[in-house]
Amino acid sequence: MSTLLEMSGVSVSFDGFKAINNLSFQIGEPELRAIIGPNGAGKTTFMDIITGKTKPDEGRVLWGDKGTSLLGRSESQIARAGIGRKFQKPTVFEAQTVRENIAMALKNSRGPFDVLFYRKTAEGAARIEAVAKEVGLTEELPRPAGELSHGKKQWLEIGMLLAQDPRLLLVDEPAAGMTPAEREHTTDLLKRMAETRAVVVVEHDMEFVRRLNCKVTVLHEGSVLAEGSLDHVTANQDVIDVYLGR
Amino acid sequence: MKPGFLSQNPSVLWFLAALGLFTLGVTVLAEATGTGALSTSFVKTLGKTLCLCLIAIAMDVVWGYCGILSLGHFAFFGIGGYAIGMWLMYARTEAIVSESMAAAVIPPTDQEVIDAIGTQIFGVVGSSEFPVIWAFSDSLFLQLLMVVLIPGLLALVFGWLAFRSRVTGVYLSILTQAMTLALSLYLFQNDSGLRGNNGLSGLQNIPGFEDTPQSMISIAFFWASALALGLGYLLFAFVTSGKMGSVIRGIRDDEARVRFLGYHVESYKLFVFTLTAVIAGIAGALYYPQAGIINPAEIAPIASIYLAVWVAIGGRGRLYGAVIGAAFVSLLSSWFTGGGAPNVNLGVYTIQWTDWWLVLLGLSFVAVTLFAPKGIGGLFDAIAVRRTPERVGDYGPDKGALRQEEGTE
Ligand SMILES: Nc1ncnc2c1ncn2[C@@H]1O[C@H](COP(=O)(O)OP(=O)(O)OP(=O)(O)O)[C@@H](O)[C@H]1O
Ligand SMILES: [Mg+2]
Repeated sequence: MSTLLEMSGVSVSFDGFKAINNLSFQIGEPELRAIIGPNGAGKTTFMDIITGKTKPDEGRVLWGDKGTSLLGRSESQIARAGIGRKFQKPTVFEAQTVRENIAMALKNSRGPFDVLFYRKTAEGAARIEAVAKEVGLTEELPRPAGELSHGKKQWLEIGMLLAQDPRLLLVDEPAAGMTPAEREHTTDLLKRMAETRAVVVVEHDMEFVRRLNCKVTVLHEGSVLAEGSLDHVTANQDVIDVYLGR
Repeated sequence: MKPGFLSQNPSVLWFLAALGLFTLGVTVLAEATGTGALSTSFVKTLGKTLCLCLIAIAMDVVWGYCGILSLGHFAFFGIGGYAIGMWLMYARTEAIVSESMAAAVIPPTDQEVIDAIGTQIFGVVGSSEFPVIWAFSDSLFLQLLMVVLIPGLLALVFGWLAFRSRVTGVYLSILTQAMTLALSLYLFQNDSGLRGNNGLSGLQNIPGFEDTPQSMISIAFFWASALALGLGYLLFAFVTSGKMGSVIRGIRDDEARVRFLGYHVESYKLFVFTLTAVIAGIAGALYYPQAGIINPAEIAPIASIYLAVWVAIGGRGRLYGAVIGAAFVSLLSSWFTGGGAPNVNLGVYTIQWTDWWLVLLGLSFVAVTLFAPKGIGGLFDAIAVRRTPERVGDYGPDKGALRQEEGTE
């Protein structure tokens, strides 16, 4: 397992409020990692920094085998480098069909002229079918994404990540709004995806995290409070005080 | 064009068929080619309307599909008109001047001819010198190139600056409007080199066709406008279909999400903005020879606002909606303002439509926005019983407009 992403000494403040405070973090490839932490701990902001949405005030974010910096790259460049993201609130293109949503995410050249003259291929269609099958949306392919239930939108977004075929997946609260059966399916899928790539899952639900059965990082007030197995971190007194004890 | 493009977009075929039939009908009824039931001036009105339909579909692509509410596309239209107008004016004045000077005892030198043309054209603004921007006005080919190059370059530079700094929504609209206003104020000046508020005139006289009657010229321009609209429609249908259309609509609905999928949103916006500006320029170059005159008032921001109104009334996000909106509203507008609509006598007050038409238009715009956000084009959904996606998400990247509310009607 080699290091895929390394953050060190990263800080971000919004109007003087330190949302991320001297945060250091590492993930290898392949690896599955869960991030937990109370509301406002900075979990989403952490993802914003990696994906280029928020520029850190200080610190380094290094990516890939050569350890090139991600800072200063645009969101789209970072996405093309192989980092996919699922948002906390499901964001799919509701006016478009499930098929169109997946097709847009499909790993292909992203330049305007490549896209303009893009020809639908049998291979692409097969890939869309495969992704849809994986996330259980085969029936829904021709339906507008706006008609899907909340849980299915979450699935679609995960499917779009699959189609993107990234090396690092950042998944923000995937289980929100899902039924217990759907949650179980989600954990299986995330675990499977983590066999070949790095997957970071932010989740509040302890049961969900336990089922992921992976290393856990606890964030609090913008920095790492504890890291290790779930049993290890839940036994930590600091973690109990700020998170579990409430 | 992709194989199967037309079969996957049947509405394109329907539109082209309707346009063909309409062109045929007008040809049969026109003075030069048919019965003469339609007057030459009405054929010109119809030809101009087709040009307005062309710029309306361009507006629909940039606004209805890509979510950029540009209030500058009529400026590109005007630039196209000015570019062709310069050649028309130069070439025609040259013909007149050479003819009158040929009668002189001593044959005039080339410089004398050019000076005389300058005096003719710029006399109204108290000048006789040719400004630098007229350098190519003697060449039809170069001025035709300007029709596409100048709007294209202006849109490219402006768009690059604006999109790169992530200006979106209302702020972007204001910026495009400022550009338009600056351009029209500049053109209003006498020393702008384009005859100030006099503009360019006599554009209906096509050099080389002095002996061709206007009835023939009008139908020829009508055909050219119909052809341009048909080709423009095909082009935009191609751009807004398939994966490109998907990405463009994605940018309208949630541009941040499109970025995180790895698409460089700014390049896409720049592509759409520039392409539509070029088509707007072409539409203008076909429009003004039919109108006969162009002046800076045509470029004023209000024109671009009308354009947005047409597209909204016709139904944005579908090309034929923009065509219907532009044709319907602009023809209705000339009927009302041209005194075609009878005044309404209310006893205490007489409604004169020439004054009240704008109020009526404004109210219709508000009504459409509030009660029928899909516009006139939305009626086709009812007929075709085609299921269109009910939109739940926000309509665009900014929070300035009531798009979400509009959409959930
Ligand atoms: N753009 C912003 N401007 C100002 N403050 C912000 C911004 N983004 C985040 N914050 C603040 O930074 C802190 C961390 O927010 P963040 O969204 O990262 O928390 P989180 O751990 O994802 O919480 P939750 O579990 O509720 O999703 C919060 O206090 C939030 O209010
Ligand atoms: Mg969050």
